[in-house]
Amino acid sequence: MTIVRTLIGKPWIWSFLGALAVWLAAIIFTGGYGAGGMLTAALSLAVFMVIVGVGQMFVITLGPGNVDLSLPANIGLASAVAMKVMDGSDAMVAIGLAAALATGMAIGAANYLLIWALRIPPIIATLSASFIIQSIDISYGRGLQIKPPPGFADFANVQLLGVPILAILTVLFTVGAGVALQRMVYGRSVTAIGQNIRAAWLAGVPVGRIRFLTYTLSGTLGGLNGALLAGYFRGANVDIGNEYLLASIAVVVIGGTSVAGGKANVPGVWGAALFLVLLLTMLNTFGVSAGVRLLLTGLVIVGVITAAGGQKATR
Amino acid sequence: MASLPLAGSARLPILAGMTPRRLLRALLPALSLSLILIGIAWLNPRAISYFGFTLMLNLAIPIALATIAQMFVITGNDLDLSIGTFVGFVGCVTATWLHDAPLFGALVLLVSIGAYAALGALIHVRKLPSIVVTLGMSFVWQGLAILLLPKPGGKAPDWLLQLMSFKPPWVPFPIIAAVVIAVVAHIGLMRTSYGAILRGSGGNPIAISRAGWSLLKTKVTMFTLAGIFGVLSGMALIGITTSADANIGNGYTLLSIAGVILGGGEFVGGRVSPIGAVIGALTLALAASPLLTFMHIPPDWQVGANGAILIIVLAARALISRREG
Repeated sequence: MTIVRTLIGKPWIWSFLGALAVWLAAIIFTGGYGAGGMLTAALSLAVFMVIVGVGQMFVITLGPGNVDLSLPANIGLASAVAMKVMDGSDAMVAIGLAAALATGMAIGAANYLLIWALRIPPIIATLSASFIIQSIDISYGRGLQIKPPPGFADFANVQLLGVPILAILTVLFTVGAGVALQRMVYGRSVTAIGQNIRAAWLAGVPVGRIRFLTYTLSGTLGGLNGALLAGYFRGANVDIGNEYLLASIAVVVIGGTSVAGGKANVPGVWGAALFLVLLLTMLNTFGVSAGVRLLLTGLVIVGVITAAGGQKATR
Repeated sequence: MASLPLAGSARLPILAGMTPRRLLRALLPALSLSLILIGIAWLNPRAISYFGFTLMLNLAIPIALATIAQMFVITGNDLDLSIGTFVGFVGCVTATWLHDAPLFGALVLLVSIGAYAALGALIHVRKLPSIVVTLGMSFVWQGLAILLLPKPGGKAPDWLLQLMSFKPPWVPFPIIAAVVIAVVAHIGLMRTSYGAILRGSGGNPIAISRAGWSLLKTKVTMFTLAGIFGVLSGMALIGITTSADANIGNGYTLLSIAGVILGGGEFVGGRVSPIGAVIGALTLALAASPLLTFMHIPPDWQVGANGAILIIVLAARALISRREG
């Protein structure tokens, strides 16, 4: 009983329960058919939401107004850079991945440079940056037939007993992120800044450096996601990252991280990503149209936040 | 240079009584618009004509209306991430129901404004972060739009087409429309006593609440106004494009936020400027104008041009504010 009580006290449990509920609803509808396949597919797609979600989570935890709107453009550009550097050759995979990471890192650093130098709200800084990155991507990726090397594409799609290898690696990565958040000076500093930036500064937290690191981290994860997406979907295009703006914010909030900052939650990101992907899977098995799918997704997001509500109001 | 802003203050009473630096700050949106116009005139002198302006500023009317909608939400320290898909939804209603069954179409649009008002109430009562609620609503509007119009199509009502293709003598219609929108929003928000309360609810909600004003009422008013201007924006858009598409308004969310900020608005504290917001929208519309393709600016870089303008203007503002101290 105490285990149950401890579990119910965790903010992330609800997203997992939600994921379980929609999965059960879907397999009851199909009569048990394809239950495992559904989970495998959900894990494969949830990975991409989790990777950017973790970056976005650290950014949002910095406090009100902190959000990275440049992720979609970042993912698009990094996927194009990765595919171009790899150039269809398996020997270049490591260098291509490094190039994508470097692209994302540079975008994150540029975002913070704008925030710091112009003293503008992060929303506007990352928004302006994303306009420019989008243009660079369109002009850079123009007319290219960008396909990943076969070895990289296979790696992104490979499964171990029905569990995608990317999902296993991402679980390890999120465990690391959880340790960084709860047990390391970096994570504690991010939380402290989110709770009260002035108090954190007075307490000797290097506020500027931590914020710089956080935006760079978010950018780097965007770059990684771009390369992996291009591998998984066997090709890069300008619009590949579009859905990850809303998805990255949604998984953070549904996962139990406070939008007001100062309170983060890593397991919830996984639960929320699985919930969103399985929700779409369920609606697909019900055979509803794209319009109804979007409508219900939106109502669920509004419903979840209304039920969770009661937080300190911010933006 | 120094005499230029002073001459301006003599003509425009709203700018009277400001220090030179605040004046410079207030004139920044207009200055950036003038710089872009000078750039266009330099690249292609023929663009500065009745026909050129009509063509370049064609889409400025819906962008300006969406920007004003966003401005009302930002005045109350909130952010509307759903305005783009809402404009798209309104567009789909306009091109289908408003054309086929005008009464029913008008009713649907009224109900959608009511939904905006209800959203404001929900955000206030449950103390919800507006960024997440409107994020969810953006899916809802998009879903409804796709249900209504799965494939691009529909037809704008004739009276709307006639209105939007109106060709007044001397001054191009988009410029007249922009002036009317700016003046109406300015008088409403900056010159009326309840407008001051609305701005105050963003600047110091506790003070407004202690003074006996209902914060619920101000929030609902703000979201209702956003809904009304969002509906006008969608209708204006369809009046220009003549038919609709469920994704037609998607870019407006980011454009409207950028327009408010370009126009001198700030994210917190109820500090916004309706005239500035309209000028900001005009600047963005010019930078994204199809005419730029004829001026050696490749289409690839049009979005980037918007980003660059945003950064340059904000850098200039940071420079001015820093000296202001």
